Amino acid sequence: MAPPGTAPEKPDRTPDSKEGGLGLDSASQDAGLDCERLLSLFRCMVRIRAFEEHAHKEFLKGEMPGFLHLYSGEEAIAAGVMDTLEDDDYIVTSHRGHGHLLARGSDPKRMFAELFGRVDGYCRGKGGSMHIADMSRGFLGANGIVGAAVNIGTGAAFAAKYRGEKRVSVSFFGDASTNRGTFHEALNLAAIWELPAVYVCENNFYGSANYQSDYMKLKDIADRAASYGFPGVVVDGNDVLAVRAAAVEAVTRARSGGGPTLIECKTWRHWGHFIGDMARYRDPAEHEAWLKRDPIPSFKAKLLAWGVASENELAQIEEAAEAEMDEAVAYGKASPFPPVSELTAGVYKEDRP
Amino acid sequence: MARLNMVEAIDQCLLQEMQRDERVIVLGEDVGRDGGVFRVTEGLFERFGPQRVIDTPLAESGIVGMAIGMAIAGFRPVAEIQFSGFAYPAYDQLVCHAARMRNRSRGEFTVPLVVRTPYGGGIRALEHHSESMEAVFVHVPGLKVVVPADPYEAKGLLASAVRDPDPVIFFEPARVYRAIRTEVPEEPYTIPLGKARMVREGRDVTLIAWGAQVRIIREAAERLAAEGVAEAEVVDLRTLSPFDHETVIDSVKKTGRAVVVHEAPRTGGFGAEVSAQIMERAVLHLEAPVVRVTGFDTVPPLAKLEDYYQPDVEAVVEAVRESLRF
Repeated sequence: MAPPGTAPEKPDRTPDSKEGGLGLDSASQDAGLDCERLLSLFRCMVRIRAFEEHAHKEFLKGEMPGFLHLYSGEEAIAAGVMDTLEDDDYIVTSHRGHGHLLARGSDPKRMFAELFGRVDGYCRGKGGSMHIADMSRGFLGANGIVGAAVNIGTGAAFAAKYRGEKRVSVSFFGDASTNRGTFHEALNLAAIWELPAVYVCENNFYGSANYQSDYMKLKDIADRAASYGFPGVVVDGNDVLAVRAAAVEAVTRARSGGGPTLIECKTWRHWGHFIGDMARYRDPAEHEAWLKRDPIPSFKAKLLAWGVASENELAQIEEAAEAEMDEAVAYGKASPFPPVSELTAGVYKEDRP
Repeated sequence: MARLNMVEAIDQCLLQEMQRDERVIVLGEDVGRDGGVFRVTEGLFERFGPQRVIDTPLAESGIVGMAIGMAIAGFRPVAEIQFSGFAYPAYDQLVCHAARMRNRSRGEFTVPLVVRTPYGGGIRALEHHSESMEAVFVHVPGLKVVVPADPYEAKGLLASAVRDPDPVIFFEPARVYRAIRTEVPEEPYTIPLGKARMVREGRDVTLIAWGAQVRIIREAAERLAAEGVAEAEVVDLRTLSPFDHETVIDSVKKTGRAVVVHEAPRTGGFGAEVSAQIMERAVLHLEAPVVRVTGFDTVPPLAKLEDYYQPDVEAVVEAVRESLRF
């Protein structure tokens, strides 16, 4: 018997191999979406990438406190899922949550102010990158605790169902978080009460420094849904239209009283677990193969092939995102630090008028 | 003698304890191939292999719960929790099982477990990554709580913790990890649990702290002496449970004044226990009320506000002046 923690020797984990394979047909259709909708998905992903690249650069300058977990490479998931939601739906996410906020329409200016710890941030500069919440968009918060979204999201789904509302609650979380006891507890509750919950697992194959096969026997995390008695599906998380199609089905099921769904999106983070993690645990060949599956250029190629937009029009979207994020960074940096009085404000309701 | 930082001292201690006793097993998230999120377990995986340096799934209750069973069954597990703020899922296991197994079994079996975890601020993170919740563990009968102040202390105290027959929570001050170096003997040594350390002798006031704050009260004492304000006695508690009240009481009987410093929130912090013990055992020796210098009753904030949250030398000096003015 192999001792605990032993990994297979030098497995081939590139996306098309047996070990790391997606086992998916990624040739998604255009789903009958009009050009404007397709471009808005593209714009969404491009804005997220631009935001993350700006955040990365600022973090390396040493001007950003806390830890920074970048979403680069996983943009298709946030873009595809958010596109299927209504304005009053609930969203809860993880420590890697910038993309979800942006896709939901949160303001990158206030997000950068938060990342810089400034008073104009969504949490008045007290939450930083990992704890941004935006209640105005049903966004119940990013969270520094791995997998925290599933329990909170389940509670929001309960609230919606109890009040007889047609709202859906979507929780985002990573692969490794599904090993937590809390994951089991939440999904079981959602199942027995048929809650309008959608669980989106962003499987980037690494729980911090450990590969999926080191910490679970399952190849597809979606299989876990079977043990709770509701559907689990696997999609190519780097294909925005595939993600969107799965989300449409899950959200429709939830909204019409059909109960929860677990969607596993296979994807790849372009950087380490956090900035500062050099990701030496990854095989360069594996990394290179996944970079070729970058969700943005591949969707761009489809848009061009379908004649949705010209090279020039897509370039304009990219330039606009760059300019927007330049401005957002400047806004964030110009915002003042919170006053000392903010230190003890907001622990209880009476602390703040 | 080699001058090591705290990360190196703990790493060396773990290596030597694993060499000394093959029942010692290190487990936790990323402790193996990656060498730990703070690199504290670097080199252990290469040295002892995956059977004794185990990368676990991300599941704190599972890690500690399993370590409890391993300990009862004859191992000496040293579990790492990446940040003390991640320990709460494991709190159930510690409180409900690790802490009371000896009592529950009337000494029939025990849980010789160590949970190592970085704690405290000063690393520009916030919330779960910067908390100082030692009092929450001190309150649990059956757990021992150890907080080393520097690399030398860390190596000796951890060796004692690993060899201790009961469960020990070992809080490592994250901000001290790489901030200072002290001389650390290569050969293994132990520092007994439950015995405070007299860091500096004085006659006017007793300064009491543990972990990262020891450096602060020490600096404060030097400044007070340099300014001719007071000769402060400096006590490093080292272990909060068991609490060496004798060293504290003897000192306060000599100086008549006490200032307790911690970065944990004020209400219900361990400073309250120190203060209560002084009241119970030395009230007639006091020249002034015990003064506490602490964090605020709030969640550790991000960045700039943390500078206000953390007790500093200035605040300790001012507390001593306050005590002297009384």
